[in-house]
Amino acid sequence: MTQAPPTKTYFDCLAEGRFVIQRSASTGEWVFYPRMIAPRTGATDLEWVEPTGLGTVYATTVQRMKPPAADVSIAIVELDEGPRLMTHVQAMPPEDVFIGMRVRAKIADGPDGKIVVFEADSAE
Amino acid sequence: MMRGLQLRGKTAFVGAATFGCGEAPGYTSIELAAEAARLAIADAGLTPSQIDGLFIALPTDFLSGLTIAEYLGIRPAMTNNSRTGGSAFLTHAEWAMLALDAGLIDHALICYGANQRTGAGKLVSAQMPSAFEQPYRPNNPVASYALAASRHMYQYGTTSEQLASVAVAARQWANLNPEAFRKGPLSIDDVLSTRLVADPLHVADCCLVTDGAAAVVMTRIDRARDLHKTPVALLGAASATWHHEIAQLADLTVSAARESGERAFAQAGFSPADMDVVNLYDAFTINTIMFLEDLGFCAKGEGGPFVASGAIAPGGALPVNTNGGGLSFCHPGMYGLFTMVETIRQLRGEAGERQIDGAKLALAHGNGGTLSSQATCIIGLLETV
Repeated sequence: MTQAPPTKTYFDCLAEGRFVIQRSASTGEWVFYPRMIAPRTGATDLEWVEPTGLGTVYATTVQRMKPPAADVSIAIVELDEGPRLMTHVQAMPPEDVFIGMRVRAKIADGPDGKIVVFEADSAE
Repeated sequence: MMRGLQLRGKTAFVGAATFGCGEAPGYTSIELAAEAARLAIADAGLTPSQIDGLFIALPTDFLSGLTIAEYLGIRPAMTNNSRTGGSAFLTHAEWAMLALDAGLIDHALICYGANQRTGAGKLVSAQMPSAFEQPYRPNNPVASYALAASRHMYQYGTTSEQLASVAVAARQWANLNPEAFRKGPLSIDDVLSTRLVADPLHVADCCLVTDGAAAVVMTRIDRARDLHKTPVALLGAASATWHHEIAQLADLTVSAARESGERAFAQAGFSPADMDVVNLYDAFTINTIMFLEDLGFCAKGEGGPFVASGAIAPGGALPVNTNGGGLSFCHPGMYGLFTMVETIRQLRGEAGERQIDGAKLALAHGNGGTLSSQATCIIGLLETV
């Protein structure tokens, strides 16, 4: 079946305060970023599901900005469900973000609308 | 059965040129590309009207194949404007090899030119950010390569000093190249004391932004023998694409160069140990380390110690980026074609002070996007065919 517009659906859900990603009902594979078909398998039975929001920092850099702008964390987080996404790890100095760090998703204001960012997961 | 073996050594490079490397004030990108094309065609002993296969990719002119055909006043039977980033020109050689061998064309021109330093004043990237990267405003391409570097450090203990040694080796080669834009002494401490752009990459871990143009001419091996210069044969050419945006690369320490290199070597019938010279796209210092590993010149994870040992610098066991690379020679955006020109010059014995004596076999490697597209050419003297 043909998907509802995946990019629009993702950002519309974020705007409503929900972080949802796709999962194929038949293969069980989680998909990010949102697509018309699941990569590799080509599955089209994609459902929108809320992930746990927990993940681990896979790669990290500090994007150095021209003062007085603050330096920015740019990271790739691997969700516990498997997919990875580019993001910011916030609420801490970007230099202190480390690979392997456990993080939890949060919806925040981005330059063009709501985005998913991460913070250190204090529960672990 | 390895695919493509029948193409081994069927085509050759018969012309090569650069123009305007560094600063070429006043020239437009197409003017730079056209002048490099003119010089490469003359180097081959041909005239523009003999070019019937035209290959080009410019960062901003999406129809640059049409522009350059008109500019040179030629009517090519095949125009290829395919764009895979800085690797495009090595993929062009792969396509030209096929078309020449099939007899669809007789003389292929591959060219590039850009005035990014004196014209744009900054790096002009053709890569569009995705809808899922753009909200985070990564300073691409450097942010994506920094993420890869962070992962390489985490998995293999690669250090900032090892990354810096790539820039130092490139500078040592550039100091032997009269055409190089950035020259002078450079130490590891010098590199580490430049400003951080995206940790762990400093300014001196990043390629230059310059003007410059390059061009090469290819033909079938039988025709090549009758032309001006000693032809050098294309023994293997292969490319591979694994992703577009960096978060989609399965393992940030392994690029598709592993696949393009493996197929190019298999086609050529040689191995990394046979290569006398290596020229690869060093957009950032991490690239050199990763590509040397992925192409099989050292084991995965050993790239850091390998480059820090001095192996890739003048006098080392494996000369890498003998022109000074994108880090110190020139980098007008999509640098890939310059790896081929330097490879051809080394095999022809035209590299002056930086000449590797007795070079018979060499590898050129291009990278496009954010480690996304990889393309490898194995090139050798006729005696290696």
